Amino acid sequence: MTDTVDTGPMRAADGTPLKVSLARALRRQKIRALALVAPLLIFVLVTFIAPIADMLFRSVENQIVHDTLPNTVRALADWDPSSAETPGEPVYAGLAIDLQTAAEMKAHTRLGSRLNYEDPGISSLFRQSGRNVDDFGKAAMKELVAADPAWKDGATWGNLLGTDKWVEAQTAWGADKTGLQPAFKARSGVAGTLPRTLGAYALFAADARESGRKSALESKPWPALATALEQDLRAAAPESLSALEGIDTALLARTRDAVDAAAPVDYRADFLAMDKDWASPDVWRTIRVFSPQYTAGYFLNSIDLEKTYEGITKRPPEERIYVTLFVRTLWMSMLITFCCLLLGYPVAWLLANLRASTANVLMILVLLPFWTSLLVRTSAWKVLLQQQGVINDLLVWLGLVDDGHRLAMINNQFGTIIAMTHILLPFMILPLYSVMKTIPPSFLRAARSLGATPWTAFWRVYFPQSVPGIGAGSILCFILAIGYYITPELVGGTQGVFISNRIAFHISSSLNWGLAAALGTILLAAVLLLYYVYDKIVGIDNVKLG
Amino acid sequence: MKTTTFLLATSALTLAAGSASAIDLTFVSWGGAYQDSQLKAYAEPYMALHPDVKIVWDESSAEAVAKLRAMHEAGNLTWDLVDVTVSDSIRLCDEGLAKEIDFDADLAPAPDGTPATEDFGATLQNDCFIPQIVYSTTWGYRTDKVGDTPPSTICDVFDLAKYPGKRAMQKRPIDNVEWALYCDGVAKEDLYSVLGTDEGVARAFAKLDTIKDQVVWWTAGAETPQLLADGEVVMGSTFNGRLFSAIVEQKQPIAMLWDMQSYDLDGWIVPTGLAPEREAVVMDFLKFATDTQRLADQAKYISYGPARASSAPLVGKLEGTDIEMAPFMPTDPANATNVLHYDYTWWADHRDDLDAKFQAWLAQ
Repeated sequence: MTDTVDTGPMRAADGTPLKVSLARALRRQKIRALALVAPLLIFVLVTFIAPIADMLFRSVENQIVHDTLPNTVRALADWDPSSAETPGEPVYAGLAIDLQTAAEMKAHTRLGSRLNYEDPGISSLFRQSGRNVDDFGKAAMKELVAADPAWKDGATWGNLLGTDKWVEAQTAWGADKTGLQPAFKARSGVAGTLPRTLGAYALFAADARESGRKSALESKPWPALATALEQDLRAAAPESLSALEGIDTALLARTRDAVDAAAPVDYRADFLAMDKDWASPDVWRTIRVFSPQYTAGYFLNSIDLEKTYEGITKRPPEERIYVTLFVRTLWMSMLITFCCLLLGYPVAWLLANLRASTANVLMILVLLPFWTSLLVRTSAWKVLLQQQGVINDLLVWLGLVDDGHRLAMINNQFGTIIAMTHILLPFMILPLYSVMKTIPPSFLRAARSLGATPWTAFWRVYFPQSVPGIGAGSILCFILAIGYYITPELVGGTQGVFISNRIAFHISSSLNWGLAAALGTILLAAVLLLYYVYDKIVGIDNVKLG
Repeated sequence: MKTTTFLLATSALTLAAGSASAIDLTFVSWGGAYQDSQLKAYAEPYMALHPDVKIVWDESSAEAVAKLRAMHEAGNLTWDLVDVTVSDSIRLCDEGLAKEIDFDADLAPAPDGTPATEDFGATLQNDCFIPQIVYSTTWGYRTDKVGDTPPSTICDVFDLAKYPGKRAMQKRPIDNVEWALYCDGVAKEDLYSVLGTDEGVARAFAKLDTIKDQVVWWTAGAETPQLLADGEVVMGSTFNGRLFSAIVEQKQPIAMLWDMQSYDLDGWIVPTGLAPEREAVVMDFLKFATDTQRLADQAKYISYGPARASSAPLVGKLEGTDIEMAPFMPTDPANATNVLHYDYTWWADHRDDLDAKFQAWLAQ
């Protein structure tokens, strides 16, 4: 015993300290275990967690405005949204470029439907304006070509804005057209002098690259490029133009003189002539409020608030629905869960305590609805519960209900509760049954023989042992219930629909996926919160599925 | 053993050779009797002419917009031709998910040479939508529960004193708010300018409030015929084809009220991003399937009106019976005396907004 005291740390056979060696062995084991579960883990991450995260991320994503209208958004930053005045000329000039490039890429209608969620009518405004907006560019192009016909040629634009290396690579691609076109690289110095033209050309080159048929150098230049160049030339100082290196500065100078000589375009007047809605400050406020790349707008909408230029305000009373629906979804799901428990507990008790042969038959009856289509079961409830239905007919025949006052049992909350309780019942019975099966019947007999009344024996001895089953069943039922939408849609009428019905509507009909994602995120957060509370009160260790 | 291997190998070879020339196309439609009518009138004759083309069907039109957007984002397009309503086509066109069509070049002219744009006329609603049929949302009533004077105008729907009992209406604002305003005294041509204001919307809801507690709201087109057959409601709105089968095929005591029937259109869109060789076959099919005779053929199987003017005179009897189809067509002159042409573009702009208001109103 005493000689071990002086030998220092224990060592393994190869001389390394035992602690290190042990840790190494354990680590190896852990890695092996991880490698074993890795396929499943990666599968779940890729096919389940990642898509959900991606979907939820849409609730804050809002790049579309900024990406589609870069010039407009930049110019709009100087405008005071509380003024009743429309923004100044630079905003309309920016819009003339942005809307043209967007229309070339068919992105203007997509932006229109995005903004239409915030301000009804914008969708048409963008769709209709997109049709004629290239009139600006065609006029500008005519002017440029009058100054020098070289502007008709795609190569002129490429040489002006791209690096020599890119032009070279692009020409080489044009010769055999295999693979992807080289990605556009901007000539140094152009960004400072011709920013609008460069922005539009980058889109033009990217579009040519994506379509993959014609090189950007051979494609017909977009009219939008002419509008952008015209604006840039007017804004640029002559010395900054001649300072540009490696390009045909004489061409630029000549064009600049021609542009200067012509009367400037009144973009504002032209846009107003195109559609009088462009004079509405509301349209501009909406664009401005939703120009940041990320927005809280969808989340605000999902709790009946809205984002305006004055800050966050409540939606008008006739448009507030989501809070009502959230509250209704939660309390009705709780009620349905409670009904399931009330009906399921005795059945599970019977199942657990009957003779095996009888219990099996009963079990099949419990499972039978599982094998029947959800729609069939829901429709069956309609036949039973409607006013000319089986139950009402029976009540009238028995004389319990007057024929003129048949009970309304469907297309309201009552209908939803009945139908959903029926559908979710097996999810309550099965966990209850599997827990009750493990409670020895001798416990109850022992309690009775020690003098307990039947109620005390049940309440003090049996019930506490079945609590884990109640917990598991309730969580299952509740979580399934808050996500239901087919049954509430069919039997819920006006008062019995859930928040999931709205989520389904926004996913499949209105295509407002941002709002659907925000509603979904809130629902998910509410469930996690309730789960946390449940864990604190009951303890999640007390949940048993079998 | 050897023979089996040999057989397997040869059959694999034949399969490979077969699939090299043949082409499988996936068409999307609504299922049921409607899809059957498309199969019989368009797809089967086309496949008979082109044995190398095989058409399979996907019954997903109800979720077509969302699914197409998801496919587009995933870069995995599995559909070649999609049947949608005109309002869905506006969304798809706006989102860049549907191909723009050059109608006169891509579609066949009428037999007398009238160009397609003229023959289709007002049914051409946007750049992507190729119309097939005109259907309508209209009213049916129980003949045995309305006394001796059956309802004759749409406003009888709002008359609870004359026709007591429940009504089935679609759970959406479209059509319902128009009917409400019309019966509140707004002229047909002013409907949308009135609806564009907050007061106009409030006025429509106030009119609907007068019957709100007598309304059963439906979401699936089959619900109204069932509710009428069960006697749950006295009258109800639904698609005219549904009422046709309840009356003609199931012989229910139901009659139709055509006044202020709301015209709607159903047709094809071609998804963007198809491979060129597939797109060529799809466009060829479209030219065939939307010509005058084919559109008229579809009306043999279902009571929806062909979208081309030149097809109307060719509409005959229900296939295999003696029943004339014309009196059940929404486009029949006798039925089309007072029609609601609902404004698709207005609804494309205001649908989400009105839907929120409608849901809030329902929840009150």
